[in-house]
Amino acid sequence: MTAVFPLKLDRVLVRRQSKTVLGPVDLVLDPQGATIVIGPNGSGKTTLLRVMHGIERTSGGTVSWARDDPAKHAFVFQTPIVIRRTVADNLAYPLKLVKTPKDQIAAAVDHWLARIGLLGSRNNQAARLSGGERQKLAIARALIRKPDVLFLDEPCANLDGHATREIEALLHEVAGAGTRLVMATHDMGQARRLARDLVFLLDGKIHESGAADALFAAPGTAELAAFLRGDIVT
Amino acid sequence: MIEILEGLKAAFQLVVGFDAELWEISLRSLRVTLSALVIASVIAIPLGTYLAVQRFRFRRFVISLINALMGLPPVVVGLVVYILLSRSGPFGVLDLLFTPTAMIIAQVIIITPVIASIAHQSMRELWAEYHDLLISLNTSKRQRILTLIYDGRRNLLTAALAGFGRAIGEVGAIMIVGGNIDHVTRVLTTAIALETGKGDFALALGLGFVLIGIAILVNIAIHSLSRTEREGRW
Ligand SMILES: Nc1ncnc2c1ncn2[C@@H]1O[C@H](COP(=O)(O)OP(=O)(O)OP(=O)(O)O)[C@@H](O)[C@H]1O
Ligand SMILES: [Mg+2]
Repeated sequence: MTAVFPLKLDRVLVRRQSKTVLGPVDLVLDPQGATIVIGPNGSGKTTLLRVMHGIERTSGGTVSWARDDPAKHAFVFQTPIVIRRTVADNLAYPLKLVKTPKDQIAAAVDHWLARIGLLGSRNNQAARLSGGERQKLAIARALIRKPDVLFLDEPCANLDGHATREIEALLHEVAGAGTRLVMATHDMGQARRLARDLVFLLDGKIHESGAADALFAAPGTAELAAFLRGDIVT
Repeated sequence: MIEILEGLKAAFQLVVGFDAELWEISLRSLRVTLSALVIASVIAIPLGTYLAVQRFRFRRFVISLINALMGLPPVVVGLVVYILLSRSGPFGVLDLLFTPTAMIIAQVIIITPVIASIAHQSMRELWAEYHDLLISLNTSKRQRILTLIYDGRRNLLTAALAGFGRAIGEVGAIMIVGGNIDHVTRVLTTAIALETGKGDFALALGLGFVLIGIAILVNIAIHSLSRTEREGRW
C-alpha cells in the first residue's frame, strides 16, 4: 500500500462572492508529523483544511494526493457535529457506511468509548453530551476508520485545560501510531506542544511556514513574531 | 346546541351499541386512508429527502410545483381521476371507478404533495446540520438519503400524520370517484354528507364525532409508538 502523502497544493485559490478567501497557496505536506495552521480570525484556516480534505470547492490550482483515498482522511469540525443518535451509534456510523462486520464494529466502539471515557454514556443521546465530551466523541468517530490523516479545526476552542489536555494526549498517541495530523488552532501553547511544522496564514495567504521549532525560536517576519507574542496582526 | 348534544348521544349509542354499519364504514375509512397514506409516504418521503440533499437543474421548479400541488382542490382531483377512470377514459378498462381503489388513488394524489412538502422542509434542516459530516465521511447519495430518513423519522412521522389528517377528513374527491355506494365505497365523511343531506343531523354529528375520535386515536397511537422507542432505545 502506498501512502496518501505527500499532499501537494499548487496555486490553490478559493474565491467566494468575488472575494479571494484563500490563496494562491503552494504547500507540500510530507508523510510524517503534525502540521499546525495558525493565523487570525478569517485568515483562511478552516478554508485551507477543507480544501485539503476535499470538501471545499476551489476556484483554481490543484490539490494532489500521492494516492487519493477519501476514506483514509477524516475531519473534525470547528463546531463538533454529532448525529441524532446515541453516543455508541455515533461511533459506529462511519464503520457501518463501509459495511464493517458487526462484531468488529462492536469491538471498535467499545475500544473508543473506553479511550474517551464515555463508556457510561454509551446509550445516551450524543446531543446531550457536554461540549468537551462531544468534541472527544467527534475525534474518536473521525479516528474509528483508522485514517492516514486527521484534519482538526480548532478542536479545543471551547474547552477547559483538563479537556484540552485529554485531547492532546489522544492526539499525541494517534500521531505516534502514524496518523498524520493537520490542525488549526488559536492556542499558541497547543501549537508549541503539538507542531512539527507550522503554517502561518494571513489574509488567505501563507505568510510564513516551516519547521515549528525554528519558527517559534526565530520568526522570519514581523507579523509572525507579533502574532506569537499575542499582538493584534492585521 | 341541542343538535350537538343529540349528536354526542347518537355517537355514544353508535359506539357502545357496536353498530354494525358504523363499524363497517369506519373500518373502510381507515383502510382507504391508511392505504393511501402508506403509498403516498413511500413516494413522498424519499422524494422530499432527495430534494433536500440533491441539487439539480429543475430542483427549485419541482419544489414550487409540489407546494402548488398542495393547494389542489380535492374536488378537482376527484373530477380528473373520475375522467381518467371512467368507461371512456384512458384507464377505463381497469374498471376501477366507484371502488375503494379509486378512492385510494384520489387520496394519494391529494396527500403526496402535502407529505413531500413537509418532509422536504424538515429534511432540509437536518441536511444543513449533517451536510459537512456526511460529505466528509464520503457517503454515497443513497447513504445520505437513508441516514436523513432514519435520523429524521420523527419529523417524517409528523409529515405523515399531516397527510393522514388531510385524507381521513377528505370528502369531495372520494365522493366523486367512490360514489358513496352503501357497503362498497361509503366511508365516514361521505356518510356524514349523506345524512346531513337527508336532514338527520344527530346521526351525521354522531358519525362526525366518531371520525374525530379515530383521527385522535391514530395520532395518539403513532405518537406513543415513537415515544416507546425513544425511552427504550434512546
Ligand atoms: N462561502 C463563503 N462566502 C463568503 N465568504 C466566505 C465563505 N466561506 C468563507 N468565507 C470567508 O473566508 C474567510 C476565511 O474564512 P475561514 O473560516 O477559513 O477563516 P478562519 O481562519 O478559519 O477563521 P476563524 O479563526 O474565525 O475560524 C473569512 O473572511 C470568511 O468570511
Ligand atoms: Mg475557522
